[in-house]
Amino acid sequence: MITPDRVVRTVCPYCGVGCALELHVKDDLIYRVTSPFDSVVNQGNLCVKGRFGYNFIYHPKRVTVPLVRRYLLEGQPRPPRAEAPQASYPGNGSTPSPWDWIETDWETALNLVADHLVRIYRESGPKAMATYGSAKATNEDNYLLQKIFRALFRTNNVDHCTRLCHAGSVTALMQSLGTSAMSNTAIEVLDSDVFIVTGSNTTENHPIIALHMKRAVRERGAKLIVVDPRRIELVDFAELWLPLRPGTNVAVFSAMAHVIVKEGLYNRAFIEARTEGFEEYVKSLEKFTPEFAENVSGVPAEDIRRAARLYATAKNGAIFWGMGISQLSHGTASALTLVHLALLTGHIGRRSTGLNPLRGQNNVQGSSDMGVMPFHFPGYMRVDAPGNAEKWEKAWNIEPGGLSRELGLTTTEILSHAGPHGVRALYIMGENPMMTEPNLNKTRHHIEQLDFLVVQDLFINETGVYADVFLPATPFAEKDGTFTNTDRRVQRVRAALPPRGQSRPDWQILCDVAKRIEARLGRPTAGWEYQHPSEILAEVSRVVPEYAGITYERIEKDGLQYPVWDLKHPGTPFLFSETFPRGRGRFIPLDYVTAAETPDDEYPFILTTGRLLEHWHGGTLTRHSSLDELYPQAYVEIHPADAEMHGIQDGMMVKVSTRRGEVALRAHVTEKTTVGVLFIPMHFAEAAANLLTNDVLDPQARIPEYKACAAQVFPLHEEMLSPLPRGRY
Amino acid sequence: MSETFTLSINGIQVTARKGQTLLEVARKHGIDIPTICYHPATQSNGLCRMCVVEVEGMRLLQPACVVPAQAEMKVRTDSPRVHRARKTILEMLASTADLSEAPEIQRMMQAYQADPSRFPEAEPRHIPPIDDNPMYVREYSKCILCWRCVQICAEDAQYTYAINFSGRGYHTRIDTFYGLPMTATTCVFCGQCVGVCPTDALEPKSEYLLEQGKYPFPFR
Repeated sequence: MITPDRVVRTVCPYCGVGCALELHVKDDLIYRVTSPFDSVVNQGNLCVKGRFGYNFIYHPKRVTVPLVRRYLLEGQPRPPRAEAPQASYPGNGSTPSPWDWIETDWETALNLVADHLVRIYRESGPKAMATYGSAKATNEDNYLLQKIFRALFRTNNVDHCTRLCHAGSVTALMQSLGTSAMSNTAIEVLDSDVFIVTGSNTTENHPIIALHMKRAVRERGAKLIVVDPRRIELVDFAELWLPLRPGTNVAVFSAMAHVIVKEGLYNRAFIEARTEGFEEYVKSLEKFTPEFAENVSGVPAEDIRRAARLYATAKNGAIFWGMGISQLSHGTASALTLVHLALLTGHIGRRSTGLNPLRGQNNVQGSSDMGVMPFHFPGYMRVDAPGNAEKWEKAWNIEPGGLSRELGLTTTEILSHAGPHGVRALYIMGENPMMTEPNLNKTRHHIEQLDFLVVQDLFINETGVYADVFLPATPFAEKDGTFTNTDRRVQRVRAALPPRGQSRPDWQILCDVAKRIEARLGRPTAGWEYQHPSEILAEVSRVVPEYAGITYERIEKDGLQYPVWDLKHPGTPFLFSETFPRGRGRFIPLDYVTAAETPDDEYPFILTTGRLLEHWHGGTLTRHSSLDELYPQAYVEIHPADAEMHGIQDGMMVKVSTRRGEVALRAHVTEKTTVGVLFIPMHFAEAAANLLTNDVLDPQARIPEYKACAAQVFPLHEEMLSPLPRGRY
Repeated sequence: MSETFTLSINGIQVTARKGQTLLEVARKHGIDIPTICYHPATQSNGLCRMCVVEVEGMRLLQPACVVPAQAEMKVRTDSPRVHRARKTILEMLASTADLSEAPEIQRMMQAYQADPSRFPEAEPRHIPPIDDNPMYVREYSKCILCWRCVQICAEDAQYTYAINFSGRGYHTRIDTFYGLPMTATTCVFCGQCVGVCPTDALEPKSEYLLEQGKYPFPFR
């Protein structure tokens, strides 16, 4: 037993649940993590990542010194990568390469960043500039990053991974209700009597919310309906499991709506008082009979009827969903079908009901709130709506008309527009698009078209390899700030350790970058003199009404759920009790849409991708922690019936290929997946699922189709494998 | 508001709600009753008997963590009989378990003047540490069988059921089914068990390594 020097309360850096952590520190080493049993979000419960997944902080590969490429230090033009000798880090290889990483001081690195960003801006204007924020960084970090690109470079090419996870849900909720966050608080599920979980493997991706769900079923007698192509753990707790074929959500949920309407189970009073477009919507439902849905999805029509009746006749029915709904080329339509179910039955605007998109990252909600999105300023103010830009021009000391009113490029589009006449300079803070974008072979081609790439991160990950300058930032345990969790709770993040090496908190790096850019551009200052992150949040609160009542003093212990309209307001556990932000909830008639690629003779399987309990997204953190010891390698899940037909045994090496790429990995023969469906987790660079995924986008939300593409699998013998490429440096 | 009534604890009249245990009522009124196996996040089972109190009219001492408060009860939490029972419980625990990393129990031993060598013929349990996963280490020499880990792994939070009792009597210990390594069980390594362990019998691997000067090896 060790007596800690200090115990620091903060918030977990992994998923969107936002569990309270207590970091026990001895000699600046975190050696134990606990959680207070009175914490409002997690009641002392943690999962493996929160409790044990922190030693990436001490990993020897963590970069704690600013790095620049040799050619930059020598003032040379950017040499073509392909022709240069192999780059090394640190740059002391026997053959010097212009692409060697050279350790330098902050002054040099920051000046180089400012020089080259300003040079490219002067040459090619706002459209050449772009940035990715980070759903792992704090609200304050993200706010500053978008402020730099909007206020200084006058571009809205600002986005982050929300585009890749819940853009479909956000667009659907915006169109139908006028807002986008979870309507209710996750723990309210304890008082729901029926709830639907769809497209979410909650046990692995929001483990603490899954505990609430299991308790609701086991202790409170709630009935759970799981709609998911995989036999996820929650199926063990479910009343009904609807194993639909990936990409057929619209049919299944519209068929449920069809049943609710035909059997008169809808809430007429609610529809009349709170919604619009019902009549026309009902006409569009005619074709969605349960038999039609059974035909396309494989879910028995009778189960669809039972699910519809259960949900519609519940006292408090709730819907929870994840990326299985949104990560489709029809992600918006898919999420709309869920909104329709809630509007039909009136299961919204009350405690323990609602529409609950479970947000993936610790701060994806907050980064979106902070306007790290190409269509919105902070506080979801459309950049192209009158009056909004003016507010921020005033806040940032910018001449009238100075801010761009044009919609910016989204995450996937920023890279696909890379090139001499498109995006030339990209600033990436804490994201790993070379793991998380779809169709990575194509993405690699895109990222190579950039003229200047700044990466601000902890490790040189698959994206950092392409950077010109690497700025070493600090992880959650080495900085102050706030995260906003999936149920809109703004919580305090506290530094438990001093920054390691020369690394610095993101907000400090960004202020220094901004001041240098501003000086070079000769603009009046937009304000970058902050002594503490609390001053940054105060700036947000002055302009964003939903955050108006949030101050660091008020969130010292438990955090506040926005909207918090003023300093006396207690926060908002559930939304829409009186009205929807757009007034009436809108029914939007839908046609049947499905995945862009469907199986054929050449690619007879549907490949779907997802996450594991033990790992986190692109793997930058967890694959550098002892979690990687617990779960060191990728696998593909295949159903026993399919495995037998293709001569595949459990543990065997197989090759999975799609029209875009192929990976070699082990097969896991399991009934966790359904017949005809393969599943590969997205975390493993050596068998990256996103080499295979389809980069087709939802036309409205611009979210790629990670959840369904056509694939083939066949056994592979080890001698057929080429050596694994690593290429970290 | 549910039904309330009064009872007396140590001669003081206190109010209780139906369904509250004696422990809850006492703590609510600032009356201290020591506990070992009890944890607010887990189901109480009255296993360790540290919380026993004397209730007038009842032949045996009553475990306050599970006995519901009733109207007109007359409870003593500090009688000589209670004191002697608690002292003996602590001495028996100390005779077989390694309590070196259980500061709360050590404080109780001092408070009750418990003599750890009272039972010299008792055989301390020497069980080698089990280091079978990257997340935590199990040192069952320190285990006092409070059952918190078993319960939090099961229906008190996690619904995972990776561990349970095995063996009988003196040989009772917490174990996986068939003694399998933890990685071969249903364990999801949430470490909820580590979070509720009162004696450090369950310890994060990082702390275990730091004690030996090996952390953050191999990451230093």
